[in-house]
Amino acid sequence: MDLALAPETLARWQFGITTVYHFLFVPLTISLAALTAGLQTAWVRTENDKYLRATKFWGKLFLINIAMGVVTGIVQEFQFGMNWSDYSRFVGDIFGAPLAFEALIAFFFESTFIGLWIFGWDKLPKKIHLACMWMVSIGTVLSAYFILAANSWMQHPVGYRINEERGRAELTDFWLVLTQNTALTQFFHTMTAAFLVGGAFMAGISAFHLARRKHIPVMRMSLRVGLVTVVLAGALTAVSGDLLGKVMFKQQPMKMAAAEALWDGEAPAPFSIFAYGDVDAGHNKVAIEIPGLLSFLANDDFTSYVPGINDVNKAEQEAFGPGDYRPNIPVAYWGFRWMIGFGMASFGIGLLGLWLTRRKFLLPPGLRTGDDEAPRLVLFRNKALSPRFTKWYWIVALWTMAFPLIANSWGWIFTEMGRQPWVVYGVLRTRDAVSPGVSQGEVIISMTVFTLLYAVLAVIEVRLLLKYVKAGPPELTESDLNPPTRIGGDDKDADRPMAFSY
Amino acid sequence: MELHDVWFVLIAVLWTGYFFLEGFDFGVGVLTKLLARDRKERRVLINTIGPVWDGNEVWLLTAGGATFAAFPEWYATLFSGFYLPLLLILVCLIVRGVAFEYRAKRPEEKWQTNWEHAIFWTSLLPALLWGVAFGNIVRGVKIDAEMEYVGSLGDLVNVYSVLGGLVTLTLFTFHGAVFTALKTVGDIRDRSRRLATSLGLVTAVLALVFLVWTQVSRGDGKSFVAVIVAVLALVAALGFNMVGREGWAFALSGVTIAAVVAMLFLTLFPNVMPSSLNEEWNLTVANASSSPYTLKIMTWCAAVATPIVLLYQGWTYWVFRKRIGTQHIADAH
Repeated sequence: MDLALAPETLARWQFGITTVYHFLFVPLTISLAALTAGLQTAWVRTENDKYLRATKFWGKLFLINIAMGVVTGIVQEFQFGMNWSDYSRFVGDIFGAPLAFEALIAFFFESTFIGLWIFGWDKLPKKIHLACMWMVSIGTVLSAYFILAANSWMQHPVGYRINEERGRAELTDFWLVLTQNTALTQFFHTMTAAFLVGGAFMAGISAFHLARRKHIPVMRMSLRVGLVTVVLAGALTAVSGDLLGKVMFKQQPMKMAAAEALWDGEAPAPFSIFAYGDVDAGHNKVAIEIPGLLSFLANDDFTSYVPGINDVNKAEQEAFGPGDYRPNIPVAYWGFRWMIGFGMASFGIGLLGLWLTRRKFLLPPGLRTGDDEAPRLVLFRNKALSPRFTKWYWIVALWTMAFPLIANSWGWIFTEMGRQPWVVYGVLRTRDAVSPGVSQGEVIISMTVFTLLYAVLAVIEVRLLLKYVKAGPPELTESDLNPPTRIGGDDKDADRPMAFSY
Repeated sequence: MELHDVWFVLIAVLWTGYFFLEGFDFGVGVLTKLLARDRKERRVLINTIGPVWDGNEVWLLTAGGATFAAFPEWYATLFSGFYLPLLLILVCLIVRGVAFEYRAKRPEEKWQTNWEHAIFWTSLLPALLWGVAFGNIVRGVKIDAEMEYVGSLGDLVNVYSVLGGLVTLTLFTFHGAVFTALKTVGDIRDRSRRLATSLGLVTAVLALVFLVWTQVSRGDGKSFVAVIVAVLALVAALGFNMVGREGWAFALSGVTIAAVVAMLFLTLFPNVMPSSLNEEWNLTVANASSSPYTLKIMTWCAAVATPIVLLYQGWTYWVFRKRIGTQHIADAH
């Protein structure tokens, strides 16, 4: 069958599209849940109105976003059985467990408490209402942990044995599946990258309003929270990325060799800045490199040996029989670079922003501004940036919102496509995992339906976000400032309109 | 009792939880067209399930995840076999979730009306399709020796399964009407009760035919008990609804749903998906289940987590226990 329409190819495209789409909403949900909970905590502790307005503003954007995260996630739960039934049969004994744990422990948690938070403003005393938001945040993080443990098992299967009689993999050590270093480092890296998304989102939108001199007290504070999040998360993303890289060099040398377009093993191995090559012939035509850096990234040693694509391919052919064990090299190579490039760019722009808007005590008195004035951007000691450069920084900060999303997507595309042709590394090939009973026509229908539906919903979501971003933080009402004192709402409010209704 | 039998029961419990809770959600969605007279009344109905529908839907995800973990062969055969109907259900659940969240986010008439149409259709279709799916599972479908579904889409449409679909649709709508009678005040509450009576009568006729058909063709003593419970509970729910005891009516319409689900699972056991081609090729609790180790871990997880889930979901219903009416809906948007 023509490869472009082979069931495996179609099913891969569908899974790729739906998963990348899902993961546009996930990191923003994870980070905004925690950031909103943090802002609400600040309000409960200080009773300063600006924190409540910020909570309502970022909370609204969070809700618009999580709605899409939830519904795109539903598809993921069933897609394994629909398109990848042979995979589900082979690994269900292991892979199903973290999924079921995720639903029982995390999904129930977040979906129940999000309902309490949305509708609970006039039904719950404020500390209990705040606790609900923290529960949502914990739920999102737990959910990420379980699903990443499941994915990590596909990257590096542990704690299992092959049952020849039943023709499947069986779980022997669940604790190992949950705590192997692949799962822990991947979780660490994904969490830090998620907070990079949320931080950049907050900083970008705050920059948008500050550039227009609107909603200043709330946005000034939000900008700071966003920038600090970007810088902390960016630094930790680099650290966790390095850790994850070292794990990958040991567990999936092919993926890392492909990421570097390193065709033949070298000692010391160089880090590639730019490469252009011939995949069939297995070498680069153009290569700009930093000597020894790849050895260091792989083994903490500038002179060590790193195996190349051709070496690993040969080793896997000897181990698993004839075949091509190379992933799509350009996708792996460029995916890796886009991930690092966009991630680091947002970190750099965040760091610059943090310096430009530094605290009052680091500024000369003439350049200090009050809490209800937009901050002056100050690069050098005694001189504020000109209006033109100030405007440029706000514009750049606004566009930087997109950078971590791009980095996240490419990071996942690299992780997943770098593992091909395996679906479970070294155990099950992707082409052996598709549903034998599902026809080409059916996959084409579902792929078309999901792609179109998701595209339409994405347009709707972005326009809604824009509307609410432009509207800015809401003015507070009487009932916002007088939260109920008893669970279920105070009796005197019995006939008042609900604080929130669909 | 072996662990895979325990898990058969637990999965039946998860589906019962899903149909009990999402049953009235679907019903409320359908009622937005059958019952509400204007936008404000539609909003009253939607807001009766506002804080809880998302948590209710998770019962489906958990049932799916638990089937994957405990009976991977069942999960694989079912979802690859019922590919297009499942696709339609998924599309409905996607649009429905977004519709609830986004409907009031813009003031335009057209925007809100579109999402209201969406809520109606995406509640009606899954309520129907889940019944069709379970009708087919119980009846048996073309499964070959490799546990693969080899039938066509048309094979899934037959008198028995469509009747099953109509039973779930009417039963859920009845359950929804009883629920809104319990959760609202004023005129809309009275109309809910009156509509529940007629819906209940239609449901009773359809359910009776479906249950007797199932009992005669593949029932035993235990499933007969479930049939009796289902019929009695439905009749009692109707009676309590007519005399205005809405709490009892709701509890009993829930018992009806639980008894119907129990009936279906009892007639399945020990199969999970019988083959209509050859009895040798049936998927059973034994040949479709995971290893004892996996089942043991899952049992621990379910034993610890499920009571906690029930506790905090129950608490949510208690927090939002007050009835709502049109006066509780703000005019804005």
